[in-house]
This record gives sequence, C-alpha cells and structure tokens, in this order.
Amino acid sequence: MYGNAYIEPNEASKTHSVLADEDPKLLAEFEARIERGEKIEPKDWMPKEYRKQLIRMIEQHGHSEIIGALPEGTWITRAPGFKRKLALMAKVQDEVGHAQLLYSAAETLGKSREAMINDLITGKSKYSNVFNYPAFTWADACVIAWLIDAGAIINQVANAKGSYGPYCRALDRICTEESFHLKYGHDNVVTLATGTPIQRQMVQEALNRWWPPIMHFFGPSDKISSHTEILMKWKVKMATNDDMRQQFLNMYVPKIWDLGLTVPDTNLKKNETTGKWEYTEPDWDEFKRVINGGGPCNAERLAVRRNAEERGRWVREALKSGQTAYVVPFA
Amino acid sequence: MNEAAIKELLYKVADDQLVLGHRNSEWTGLGPILEEDIAFSSMAQDKLGHAQGCYQILHELGEADPDQIAFSRKANQFHNCHFVELPNGEYDFSLMRHFLFDHADQIRFEMFANSSFEPLAKLAKKVKGEIKYHVFHGNTWIQKLSTANEISKIRMQTALNESWNYALGIFEEGNYEIELKNEGVFEGEKALQDKWMSVVCPLLEKAGLQVPEQSSWEPVLGGRKGYHLAHLETLVTEMSEVFQIDPTANW
Repeated sequence: MYGNAYIEPNEASKTHSVLADEDPKLLAEFEARIERGEKIEPKDWMPKEYRKQLIRMIEQHGHSEIIGALPEGTWITRAPGFKRKLALMAKVQDEVGHAQLLYSAAETLGKSREAMINDLITGKSKYSNVFNYPAFTWADACVIAWLIDAGAIINQVANAKGSYGPYCRALDRICTEESFHLKYGHDNVVTLATGTPIQRQMVQEALNRWWPPIMHFFGPSDKISSHTEILMKWKVKMATNDDMRQQFLNMYVPKIWDLGLTVPDTNLKKNETTGKWEYTEPDWDEFKRVINGGGPCNAERLAVRRNAEERGRWVREALKSGQTAYVVPFA
Repeated sequence: MNEAAIKELLYKVADDQLVLGHRNSEWTGLGPILEEDIAFSSMAQDKLGHAQGCYQILHELGEADPDQIAFSRKANQFHNCHFVELPNGEYDFSLMRHFLFDHADQIRFEMFANSSFEPLAKLAKKVKGEIKYHVFHGNTWIQKLSTANEISKIRMQTALNESWNYALGIFEEGNYEIELKNEGVFEGEKALQDKWMSVVCPLLEKAGLQVPEQSSWEPVLGGRKGYHLAHLETLVTEMSEVFQIDPTANW
C-alpha cells in the first residue's frame, strides 16, 4: 500500500516566494542534475521547497502505511482459514515494514520519526483518505488488498522514478512487496466472486462501498499551476492525478467486469475515440470533508494510534537508556 | 504406537501455538515501536505455521483437516493452557508471556526432534530452528526492559509475578505421560518443566528479576482438559466468524 501524498493544488501563489531566496547558481545545478536523471542524496544541496514537499510526501506515505494497517489488521483475527490468516498477517506486516522504510527515508531529510508520528496523532499531517472508511466485512479487506494496493502501485511505480535517492530506493523495495499483495488481493476477490451466492454478494457490496474512495484515491484533478509544474520538473510529483486514475481504470475495470462484478457507476465507460475513461465526477466535497477529519473513521483511527503511542511510551523511554544511541539513517 | 496418546499430545501443542499466534498477531499495528509490531507478527506467523504442521499430522492420523480443526471447534474442545489465552494486556505482559512460553516451546520441540514418532520428529527439526529466534528476541527484550529504568523494571517484575502460575500451567500433565515416555515419543511434562526452570531462572536472575517464592506457586490447570477462561470463547468466536459463514465454502 498505500502511498498517495496529497499535495494541495492551490499553493501556486507561494511558488514565487519559495524560490526567491534560493541561490540561482545552486538551483540551476540542482535542476540540471535532475534533468540528467541523477538522484539527489541526503547530503546534497536542495531547495528548501524540495525538502519540505518531500518530507510531507514521504511522511504522509509512511502514515498511510501504519494507519492502513488498522482496517486490514482487524481482519487478521477473523481471516477464514490458515492460508488467509497467514497471508494477511504477512501482508499487514509488510505494510508496517514500509512505514519503517519510509520514515527512515524521510528522516534523511531532517525530520525525526518521533516528530512525524507526533504530527500524525495530533492530526497535523495527513494520510491516505481511503483509510478513513471502515472495512465492514471480510470482503472489504479483500477489495482493499486488491484495488487500493493496485492504486498504490500505480502511484508508487511512478514515484520510484523520482529524484530523491532514499525515497526511490525505499519505493523499489516496497513495489516488489506490493506486487505480492496485489496477487493476494486478486486471489481473494476471485475466490469470493466465483464462490457461493453469499460470497458473491459480500464482494459486490464491498466493491460498492469502496468504489467512491477508490475514485478519490488519486486526488482531484491537478490544477495546472506553476507550483505543480515545479514539483514535476523536480521529479517530486511524477504523474498527474488524472493520468494515474485513467491508468488505474484502464488496468482494473476490465478485470472487475471479467469477474462478473458491477462497478457502481452507470456512467463508467471507455470513450473509444479519446481512449479515456468517462465516469461520474467523484464527490470532491466529500473528499475534502473526509481529508479534513470529517470521515466515518478519522477520529477512531487517530484514537487507536494515539492509544498505541501512549501505551508504548514506557517502552520507548526504556530504550533511551543505555549505551546504544539511535543514529539517523544515512541514505 | 499409542495413537490416542499421540493425538492428545499433538492437540495441546497445536492449540497452544494457534492461540498464542493469534494473540501475537493482535499486536499488528499497535506495537510500542514499529520494529516490535513486525517482530510479534513474525512470531505469530511462525506459531500459526507450527500449529498447522501439528494439525496436519493429526489429519494424517484420521482427524479433520487443519482448517476444520482450527476454525470449527468450540472453546471447550481446545486443549491449550490458560497462559496463552489470556488477553495481551500491556506490552510487558505480552513480552513476559512470550519469553516464558517460548523457552518451554524451544525445549519441547528439541525433545520432539528426538521423538520415536517420525512425523513429529521431522516437524520439530524445522520448528526448533524458528523458535531459536523467538527465544533470542525474548531474552534480549527481557534483559533490556528489566534493567532500563525504575518504571520498566517494576513493570517487568509485575508481569513476571502475574505470569508465573499461568506459566507453570503449561506443564499440566496429560493422561498418557507414562505411555509417551515408554514409547520414546516425549519425555513428559515433568522433565520439560525441570529443564525449563534450569534455563529460565538464571536468565530472570541475570535481568534482576525475582522468581516468585516457591510457597506461592500454584499452577493454573484445566486448559489441557478443555476447561477455559471466558477469553478463549471470545477468541474462538472471533477467529471462526468468517469461516463459519459457510464452513464448506472455499475462502
């Protein structure tokens, strides 16, 4: 899973000012390196805005991994049979491992894991909006594992070609693991969709519930702003939200239909002339409302995470004593 | 070979693994640090694999298949000890349970590796290689937290006090101790407990913890005979919730 960092598209007005105090010579060299396809490493010079956006993006991605472990994790204890129980444990464990990798990558930019987690539990930083929705049934967990992970892979494969070395390397490893999650999720959905009438109903209902959050997953259409342009030039943002959504629809809608499932959008079809998918515009007010804390599970997710942090504090305190000091990851 | 004796042995060992594996997995997403989340998940996966291995041997002896055994029985058909069914509580208790249980587990599977019952010996040779890491993990953390600061030391001592009698319940004897020993299948719970004491006590002492006074020892028994706390019922109901929607379906 799960990373799709939400970059506020309306920051265009700031672009001018954020670059104003950068050394033009260093900036030109930096941009030339990116242009040549070189990776930027932690000790290299970088514009303040580049650092800030990357921290925000990698951090959000890390948060999405640990918050995403909650809706799926609740199904570990209920997974039907050894095969599913073992696989789901391993999958969610991978996701937590991704958080660890991502926090390490973000730490190379100067923000500590503690500070990031603190910003998560106080609601200051965001995580993927999809996890503010509940996983009502086993089939919901299966749909998440297939389609949300699929969406995340599209996003992450794009970002893995970005410019910041530690993030790209973390993403390479994450994408390898995600490809197994996708197989796991697909296998689960196929099993339900080709199973008993009850199972088919479960998976169709789950798809109905998850379709709107899936359409929201890549974020609203990017406003073509100079800010977006700079982020794309710096290879922080690698693809537009609409392009990623189109790619997702193109890859997965036929697969969903193949299983005899119905996508709950009567307007969904591929325009053969343009090659683009047409769909009912997702409810972006709902998206905004949920991302700003008004979703069905925002409060609960953060409360669970806060509680875990609180209960584990004595362990972290205990780890501080002794000779072994924590070292910020180098790259 | 006494099949009833072997089955009884396999059921209790497998049920311990399944229930503790399930408990360990409940730490997923909630650990005190990400690394411990991951560690408990690894141990959970191993334990589940061990349970599956034991149920598979039972299946080959004519019992139901592993999924049916694990996901279709009632709580009173489980033979795990009470120790593993207790809720996770705080990290201190979970860690202490893991330390005490996994040392017993390691010795048990080392004994099994020499069992005259081939399928068990074969499984044990693989399993003990995995438990080695569980024990290593437990030892490291017990030592660290018991010596870190005043709060963590008190927490670990309290966890030990709360765990001890339950841990002694791991060694509740079955109906076939003599048969199993005579046939070379398993040396028995008494021998296992003696070895466990000789390993665990020095480690606790090294960590500055005190084993409760012997006069207070009162093993918590009954689990091996199917008597359980309400916690197991809750756990079993939750574990089999989806499977029971249709136990004949392919999930």
